[in-house]
Amino acid sequence: MKLLHLVSAALLAATAIPASAAEISDGKVKIGILNDQSGVYADFGGKWSFEAAKMAVEDFGGTVQGAPIEVITADHQNKPDIASNIARQWYDTEQVDSIMELTTSSVALAVRGISVEKKKIDLVTGAATADLTGKACSPYGFHWAYDTHALAVGTGGALVKQGGDTWFFLTADYAFGYSLEEQTSNFVKSQGGQVLGAVRHPLGTTDYSSFLLQAQSSGAKVVGLANAGLDTANAIKQAAEFGIVAGGQRMAALLFTLAEVHGLGLEAAQGLTLTESFYWDRDDQSREFSKRFFDKTGRMPNMIQAATYSGVLQYLKAIDKAGTDETEAVAKLMHEMPVEDVFARGGKVGANGRLISDLYLMEVKKPSESTQPWDYYKVLATVPGEEAYIKPEESGCPLVSQ
Amino acid sequence: MTMIFGIPIQAFLGQLLVGLINGSFYAMLSLGLAIIFGLLRVINFAHGAQYMLGAFVGYLLLAHLGIGYWPALIIAPLIVGIIGIVIERLALARLYDIDPLYGLLFTFGLALVIEGIFRYYFGVSGNPYTVPPLLAGGTNLGFMFLPVYRGFVVVASLIVCLGTWLAIEKTRLGSYLRAATENPRLVQAFGVNVPLLLTLTYGLGSALAGLAGILAAPVYQVSPLMGSNLIIVVFAVVVVGGMGSILGAIVTGYMLGLAEGLTKVFYPEASNIVIFVIMAIVLLVRPAGLFGKDA
Repeated sequence: MKLLHLVSAALLAATAIPASAAEISDGKVKIGILNDQSGVYADFGGKWSFEAAKMAVEDFGGTVQGAPIEVITADHQNKPDIASNIARQWYDTEQVDSIMELTTSSVALAVRGISVEKKKIDLVTGAATADLTGKACSPYGFHWAYDTHALAVGTGGALVKQGGDTWFFLTADYAFGYSLEEQTSNFVKSQGGQVLGAVRHPLGTTDYSSFLLQAQSSGAKVVGLANAGLDTANAIKQAAEFGIVAGGQRMAALLFTLAEVHGLGLEAAQGLTLTESFYWDRDDQSREFSKRFFDKTGRMPNMIQAATYSGVLQYLKAIDKAGTDETEAVAKLMHEMPVEDVFARGGKVGANGRLISDLYLMEVKKPSESTQPWDYYKVLATVPGEEAYIKPEESGCPLVSQ
Repeated sequence: MTMIFGIPIQAFLGQLLVGLINGSFYAMLSLGLAIIFGLLRVINFAHGAQYMLGAFVGYLLLAHLGIGYWPALIIAPLIVGIIGIVIERLALARLYDIDPLYGLLFTFGLALVIEGIFRYYFGVSGNPYTVPPLLAGGTNLGFMFLPVYRGFVVVASLIVCLGTWLAIEKTRLGSYLRAATENPRLVQAFGVNVPLLLTLTYGLGSALAGLAGILAAPVYQVSPLMGSNLIIVVFAVVVVGGMGSILGAIVTGYMLGLAEGLTKVFYPEASNIVIFVIMAIVLLVRPAGLFGKDA
């Protein structure tokens, strides 16, 4: 009896499923976009990243190997426990094949653990920590867009080269702020610069004038903001008020994107230096993509959103090439295939899962220099990906032979 | 150079002034809360949202109607005050006879709803609002660079606080208000329209929050989250000052602003806690608050 069951099941399996979709589990590819959609980082990627992912699916044609592609999304509220619950539910009961975006480092690390356990692909575009391709790397885990090390090299390194050799840090008083400050200071010092001081402020501080006065009296040429989101925006706005930039000091936001510059306005943000891996006005291809994104969302994409588009697209290309959505086969191809799309030009993925592609050092324009809406950046320099990211063999990732 | 606690006196004076500026916001916000609590016995958790509304009204007036800062300084508190009156008439007024907890829950829920709506439409990074040209720039005081606008905020806040205090302590309407705080039934028996008084008081409290919001717009990011970042501190101010004590709220607002400013120099990590440490100590020593009357 048991044998009969097995035989009939095998026969059914062989006849019922069309050959083309045979290798796609559950007959469809399902991608989950998990990020902050209501908290302090909701503009960073937010629901716009979901739109970017859907655009990638549309541009890919809506199906892969004959199987439909579905994108779902959820708000993790920046809480690792909530994110873990959603991730488990997605993988266990909703047949999600891959989770992407994952803004906030603590969340990305928590979901990374689950993805490794469930042997699923995760692709991080929104979180900053370089640990994702360091000690917490995964054979099925990828990190797109940026990381703390690249931001330190981009903004820190480039400013020292331009003569900004003395620094004062305003640092958010938690792990992310410390690691950003530490990596940037190390890089500044290694380039011959000096760190004159740092002040740690609580997360969610509204008034920065005390700290700005300390930065002002330190005489440092560069005031580095090792914080994120609204904290950075308030600090920059008040720095303009206290005449920090007008007084000859330079403001460097270590993690700041187009979305936040838009929220701040050029009047307050002018002269700010920052690093992003994407700018909509880079070339014809980026302008065309960004215009389509704008038509759907009413805003231009920042690096997180553009990288999410790129990540989804690359994942689908890998499935198509592999002819299956089986994790190991797809992950192997994703490590091998070059990344060539609107976000990354000549991108390569390291053995630790790190996408190595160029970043750009930007300066925010003066209001008088801006000729159209969203015309916010002057590109000061291109930071080659090979210089910006830690080499896979030095990353501390156990998968890479040292 | 003269030093105070190992810090140059210039830097010290600068930080005192910065503390005074923040104290101005605390004083103005806690004043509104104290008035509302004093008369309505409602713990107005929507105060932060009303402050945020004030800033957003200013921003929307500028962005969509081209109405600048000065008219907005009048219009924003008016609009927020009217919204307050509507809220009081429609909902709060029905909650006076039941447990005060319901008033708290209602205003708390209301704050969440208002913030959620604004977050949905405007995102969290906030919107730009620049300092009006007349008050742009700053002067070098020798010990610090003082943005003119910050000086204006201190003066405006002092005028508003003093004006409100005088209106309540020295005018006839103010005397009704104080009497109604003591014994609403008796005051009603004398022919004073207490429900109307309550409505107007809530409107006034809301308008004060709106005014603080429009004053804050050029300094902080106009963001849906701006109120919730501040409101907890302001509650601590009211508790330290003595729930419902108007003078207490004003004086404590400035004092705690200064205390916070100094902490930012000596141990910045503790700057968001120092106010609550002070609150805990005050509650241990004087449970009714510094200016409160023992029940």
